[in-house]
Amino acid sequence: MSAPHVLTPDRSVSTIMLMVLGALVPAICAYYYFFGPAILISLALASVTAIAAEAAMLRLRKYPLKFFLFDGSALLTAWLLALSIPPMAPWWLIVAGTAFAIIVAKHLYGGLGNNLFNPAMVGFAVLMISFPAFMTQWPAPLMLSQHPVGFTEALQYYFSGTLSGVKLDAVTMATPLDTLKTQLQLQHAVSDVQQMPIFGAFGGKGSEIIAAMYLLGGLFLWQKRIITWHIPVSFLATLILIAAVFYGIDGSRYASPLFHLFTGGAMLGAFFIATDYVTSPTTPRGKLIFGAGVGLLEYLIRVFGGYPDGIAFSVLIMNAAVPLIDAYTQPRVFGHNTKAE
Amino acid sequence: MRTLYKFHGGVHPPEHKEESNRLPIAPAPLPKRLTVPLRQHIGNPAIPVVKVGDQVLKGQMIGAADGFISAAVHAPASGTVSAIEPHAVPHPSGLPDLCITIEADGEERWIERAPLDYRNADPDAVRLRLRDAGVVGLGGAVFPSHVKLNPGAPAGIKTLVLNGAECEPWITSDDRLMRERAAEVVEGIKIMAHLMRPEEVLIGIEDNKPEAAAAMQAACRGTGYEVVVVPTLYPSGGEKQLIKLLTGKEVPAGRRPVNIGVTCSNTGTAYTVHRAVNHGEPVISRIVTVTGNVLEPRNFETLIGTPIAEIVQLAGGARPGTTHYIMGGPMMGFGLDNLNAPLTKAVNCVISASPALFPPAPPPMPCIRCGRCAQACPCELQPQELFWFSHSRNFDKARAYNLFDCIECGACSYVCPSHIPLVSYYRFAKSEIATRDMEKKLAEQARERFELKQQRLEREKQEKAARFAEKAAAAAAAKAAAAASGVEDPEAAAKKAAIQAAVERAKAKKAEAAAKAEGAETPAEKIPQGDSDPLRAKARAESYAASTENNTDS
Amino acid sequence: MVFLGIVLGAVLGYASIRFKVEGNPLVEKVEATLPQTQCGQCGYAGCRPYAEAVAAGKAEPNQCVPGGDNVAKSLADLLGVEFKPVGGGEGSGPKPRQVAFIDESTCVGCTACIKACPVDCIIGASKLMHTVIANQCTGCELCVPACPVDCIAMLPVKENIANWKWHYPVIEIKKAA
Ligand code: SF4
Ligand code: SF4
Ligand code: SF4
Ligand code: SF4
Repeated sequence: MSAPHVLTPDRSVSTIMLMVLGALVPAICAYYYFFGPAILISLALASVTAIAAEAAMLRLRKYPLKFFLFDGSALLTAWLLALSIPPMAPWWLIVAGTAFAIIVAKHLYGGLGNNLFNPAMVGFAVLMISFPAFMTQWPAPLMLSQHPVGFTEALQYYFSGTLSGVKLDAVTMATPLDTLKTQLQLQHAVSDVQQMPIFGAFGGKGSEIIAAMYLLGGLFLWQKRIITWHIPVSFLATLILIAAVFYGIDGSRYASPLFHLFTGGAMLGAFFIATDYVTSPTTPRGKLIFGAGVGLLEYLIRVFGGYPDGIAFSVLIMNAAVPLIDAYTQPRVFGHNTKAE
Repeated sequence: MRTLYKFHGGVHPPEHKEESNRLPIAPAPLPKRLTVPLRQHIGNPAIPVVKVGDQVLKGQMIGAADGFISAAVHAPASGTVSAIEPHAVPHPSGLPDLCITIEADGEERWIERAPLDYRNADPDAVRLRLRDAGVVGLGGAVFPSHVKLNPGAPAGIKTLVLNGAECEPWITSDDRLMRERAAEVVEGIKIMAHLMRPEEVLIGIEDNKPEAAAAMQAACRGTGYEVVVVPTLYPSGGEKQLIKLLTGKEVPAGRRPVNIGVTCSNTGTAYTVHRAVNHGEPVISRIVTVTGNVLEPRNFETLIGTPIAEIVQLAGGARPGTTHYIMGGPMMGFGLDNLNAPLTKAVNCVISASPALFPPAPPPMPCIRCGRCAQACPCELQPQELFWFSHSRNFDKARAYNLFDCIECGACSYVCPSHIPLVSYYRFAKSEIATRDMEKKLAEQARERFELKQQRLEREKQEKAARFAEKAAAAAAAKAAAAASGVEDPEAAAKKAAIQAAVERAKAKKAEAAAKAEGAETPAEKIPQGDSDPLRAKARAESYAASTENNTDS
Repeated sequence: MVFLGIVLGAVLGYASIRFKVEGNPLVEKVEATLPQTQCGQCGYAGCRPYAEAVAAGKAEPNQCVPGGDNVAKSLADLLGVEFKPVGGGEGSGPKPRQVAFIDESTCVGCTACIKACPVDCIIGASKLMHTVIANQCTGCELCVPACPVDCIAMLPVKENIANWKWHYPVIEIKKAA
């Protein structure tokens, strides 16, 4: 019997993971509403793959399945990956990405608590590099699509790779970020580009609402003290700041901070990906540095890099720096460096 | 209203004070047999001053303080000493320790109890009284009070803090004591204040004990002592945390509060100080909370040495479902295996634990670096890093991350979603590091003593050689004198003698060198234990020769 | 003793870079690794002479019996040679600490043990009974054969409350099931 003899009754790894999953639900609903049921298939495929891969790895590594399989961490990885990649894709894309995330990025790095890189983002990066074509096939928002994809059609596409009656082009569309980038290369001004139907009030049509839902979920996590404010705030503040600087320099070539906040993976990244416990710093100052680093890289990759969005790569780059950040940001310990000394 | 400061972190586990704080303190009956451990305080254990078969009076000193940091122990009842031997004691190790067992005769004959007029006595005499009355901190650390109640520092003491926070769940012994005997506690505080001469006296009580705070406030009227109600947040009763709460000052790491002009004592200690000084009564009993899965949770004034089993019976006995017992509070206490162990000055609470009240911890999962522990740690440590290093036995790193600032409060384990027994790892690492430091120190001492011995032997050898040379010189001089019979001057004779002596020395040196060369070739195979001695002796002799040679060279 | 090994581990990275350093620094490092029991079981008069011999390459790094394989390993690392277990194969861990105890009723006061003790931890004058300063005794056993009346015994130091250590938490994360 070791002290303490009492433990917090309401917090365990699985409750934390469940709350995070729960916090994603509003965004998923919005996703479903604006982009159709494909996302649900994607989530389901990812979940099944994650659980299977997790079980296989646990068995191989001789861990007790009972406690680890349902800790929810694999499910969370699966969901984050599914929410990051386009929901209209062949079934093996999400399956391969999830399996890679769980098997390589999580378990080969030591399993829960020991992985250096965010598994979901590793999965994303691998898919991005290996299958760039599929990774840009985003479905158009339902209200802009002449041919809204229903559940059975989506299912059909997942497993056969074809849609009956329409071409894939008819249901997909470049994302707002992508559109902006290509249009800017054609010397259009930001304000003109943003008149295009894919853009919404301040972000992408539909996707801005999803981003708002991520924000809502993030606030819920913060209120429940699952995450601290440090990473999201420094992430988003840095993003706003740098976006504002460029916007100020040339408003016709650079989109507004608000646009950057509500497009792409900014909100998802700030509240759900960059805040992943295992792969982010634990010290308050470290979190601020980490968040700022991700925010900065995110903007740079987004605006100047070759990829449409930079969340995965910016998070992965900062993940590598986490041990260093932690080591150099150790907070002052009680009774150290006091004036009385 | 005084401004309260804050300490970082803290947790708020369910208080469970209600169970035991409703009934007044009850006196416990005299048990048949009392077993008094000699080690009931920090420092050297007391030395027995009675023999088996001796008749002792209630309150008679049976173990005397050994040295400065030590305290006396006393017979809790009159009777006969029946044994002085190792006996089960309440200690996390479960190991036995030296105890004096007394068969009570039931007559309760007291020693002569003389009050001490502390206001007109030499402070050192008052401290001596405390030491010989066995007064130690009753908050759990059991640090001898006569050592603590010494202003020492020339700067003096600014604040005397009385700790009535009692932040651990379940425990209510200080709560009841302050409610019922506030006046006597304040008398004790007066003695402490007399010894320390502080500028202010602050009594910290958590806001979940309004009755105790009110009683103390009433008792303090006219004294200038201030009762400060602090928010209920574990571990506000930690010495350094309470000092921070009340004064805003942080005790520097590795130092004691006295270094920043503060002293902190438990209110229960103040009570015993009062009994010892104003009534001449040594510490032979204490108030202990018996709670948890017992029929009638309550506080009892119990004689030191009463078996824990009997104490549990006082509260009506354990209810069915009890699986184990916890000594102290649930946050920092330890499990007790042997209920024959006696009550000591350090035990403020006995909790009968059942799976319903204290569900067993789920199996630990890996640390997910959630940082919850760091948010809870009152010492502003990074428990997850300490865990990582302790777990992998990377002790140097653990120390570098300030493992030794950890007060083992358990707040981190309490909040850990992975249910890792973090404190167990810290305790393991701490005691491992301490042992290794100790071993290193001993090895260092052994090396020094070995060198000293070598030097001594060498000196003796040189002295011998010098004596020999002198003799040789004298002989040579005499010879020369005889041969030349005055033809050569005595100076030359002396010179000749000196040369002679040098030759002798060189010869000796050569012999030694030869011996050493031999030594270097000593076969280095494993020597059987039994007949190793001649070989080892030889090796040593050779080595001495070698070192002597080295020395004459330089 | 394990500790010394581990402490040296920190020095090792540094030491391995400049191992082959001749003379004193190496001797010091070797000596710091040795348990300082001064028992002579290595065939040398004490830890220092053995350290000198090891540093000079005249002795194998696996001759210190009390230090056991841990010390042998640290020394082998320090010297950059291959580790060989102590005692040519059988291997040994550090022995549990023991101290000499002189039966004072039998002691004849001959001072033989005082001469034998490498760390001068036996006190007593000629013809008076002798006693061991237990805290300083390294447990080298050299005094045992020196005693003409066999009154010295080696007693293992028992675990008690003063020297008790918290154990490594038993619930291993992996095994929990
Ligand atoms: S046990 Fe130590 S590390 Fe844990 S919260 Fe308390 S002081 Fe901090
Ligand atoms: S609370 Fe537990 S899981 Fe979280 S960081 Fe601390 S030790 Fe790790
Ligand atoms: S065998 Fe004995 S004398 Fe030799 S190094 Fe080891 S402890 Fe020292
Ligand atoms: S007392 Fe005996 S065993 Fe102890 S150090 Fe001296 S000679 Fe060695």
